[in-house]
Amino acid sequence: MNDQRLEAIISVLLRTGVLLAAAVVLLGGLCFLFKHGHEQPEYHVFHGTAETYRSVSGVLHAAGPSDCQAIIQLGLLLLILTPVARVAFSLAGFALEHDRTYMVLTYIVLVILIYSLAGAH
Amino acid sequence: MTNLEFTPLVFAISAVAGCLGALTGLGGGVVVTPALTLLLGVDIRYAIGASLVSVIATSSGAAAAFVREGYSNIRIGMFLEIATTLGAVLGAFLATRTPTAILSVIFGLVLLHAAWQSSRGRPHDEKSKQPDSLARRFKLNGSYPSPEGPCEYQVGNVKTGFSLMFGAGTLSGLLGIGSGALKVIAMDQAMHVPFKVSTTTSNFMIGVTAAASAGIYLSRGYIEPGLAMPVMLGVLAGSLVGARQLIGAKVRMLRWIFAAVVGVMAIEMIVTGVKGKL
Repeated sequence: MNDQRLEAIISVLLRTGVLLAAAVVLLGGLCFLFKHGHEQPEYHVFHGTAETYRSVSGVLHAAGPSDCQAIIQLGLLLLILTPVARVAFSLAGFALEHDRTYMVLTYIVLVILIYSLAGAH
Repeated sequence: MTNLEFTPLVFAISAVAGCLGALTGLGGGVVVTPALTLLLGVDIRYAIGASLVSVIATSSGAAAAFVREGYSNIRIGMFLEIATTLGAVLGAFLATRTPTAILSVIFGLVLLHAAWQSSRGRPHDEKSKQPDSLARRFKLNGSYPSPEGPCEYQVGNVKTGFSLMFGAGTLSGLLGIGSGALKVIAMDQAMHVPFKVSTTTSNFMIGVTAAASAGIYLSRGYIEPGLAMPVMLGVLAGSLVGARQLIGAKVRMLRWIFAAVVGVMAIEMIVTGVKGKL
C-alpha cells in the first residue's frame, strides 16, 4: 500500500458513493412525485422535517415502497456517509503504511464525524 | 404550486447554479440557497439543509477525478480536516440558534465576498520562503504532476492555515455551503500551496466538512426530502455539465456575469434580513 494506490481506491469509493446515492434519491424522487405530485409543497414556513426522517434508524425503518420520502432520505444518508467512508478507508490505508501520526489525525476526524451523525441530538 | 410543478423548477434552478458553480470554481451551494429563498420563498433553514447535501455530492464527484490525477494532497487534506470538521460542528450548532434574519445578512456578506472573488479571477502562485517545522513534522510538503515532470512544493504558515480552516468550517456549517473560496485562500495564500493543489485539495475536504454538519442538520429537521431531492440531483447534473465546459475561452466573461448575479443576490439577502428584523 502506498499513497498512489490509496488515492486510486479513494477515487473509486467517492464516485461509487455519489452515483449510488443519486440513483436512490432519483428512485425515491420519482416515487414521491408519483404519489404526492398533486400536493402543495409547504417550504416557506419552517416546521422541521417529520421525526421519522431525522435519524439514521428512523429512515432505515421507514424506507420502502410505502414511504417514498424515506427512500429519498436514505439516498441522502448514503451521500453523507460517502465522505465518512472515505475517512474510514484512509485510516485503514495509513495503518497499512504504518503511518502513526496520520492514523491519529484520521481517527480524530472520524470521531468528530461519528459524533455529529450519531450523538448530536 | 403542486409538487409536479415545483420539483422541475427547483431542479432547473439548481442545475444552473451547479453549472455556474463548477465553471467559476465557487461551488453551487452558495447560489442555490439565495435562489431558493429569494425566488421561491423557501425558508432559509430548509434551503441551507438542501444546499449542504448538494455540496457533498458535487465535491465528492469532483474530488474523485482530481484525486486520481494526483493533484490533491491527501495529507494536507486530512490534517486540515480536523480544523474544518470541528468548525463545521460549531457552525451547525450556531445555525440552530441564530435568528434567520441574521443568517440572511451573514449569507449576503459571504455572497459579496464571492462576487468580489469571482470578478478578480485566479491569484498567481507564490513560493514559500521559510520552511515550516510543522509542515515537515506532518509531512505536508508534496509534489504535483506538471508537463516537466513532478513539481515539488514547500508548505508554510501551517498555524495560520489551520485557524483559517476552522473559520471556513464554521461558515460551512452555519450557512450550508462548501466555503471552498475560503479554503483555497487558507492554502493558496496563507500556506503557499500551489493553486491547482489548493483548489483540488479544497474540493476533497469540502465533502468531509459538510458531512460533519449534515448529521446535526438532519437531527434538527433541516433536510426535507421533497426539497433536497431536486436540489441535490440538479446541482450534481449541472456541475457535471459545467466541469466539461471548463476549457472554454469565455470563462472570463462568465466570471463577470456570475459576479454580477451573486452581487445582486447578496444585496437582496442583506435587505431581506434587515427588513425581517425591523
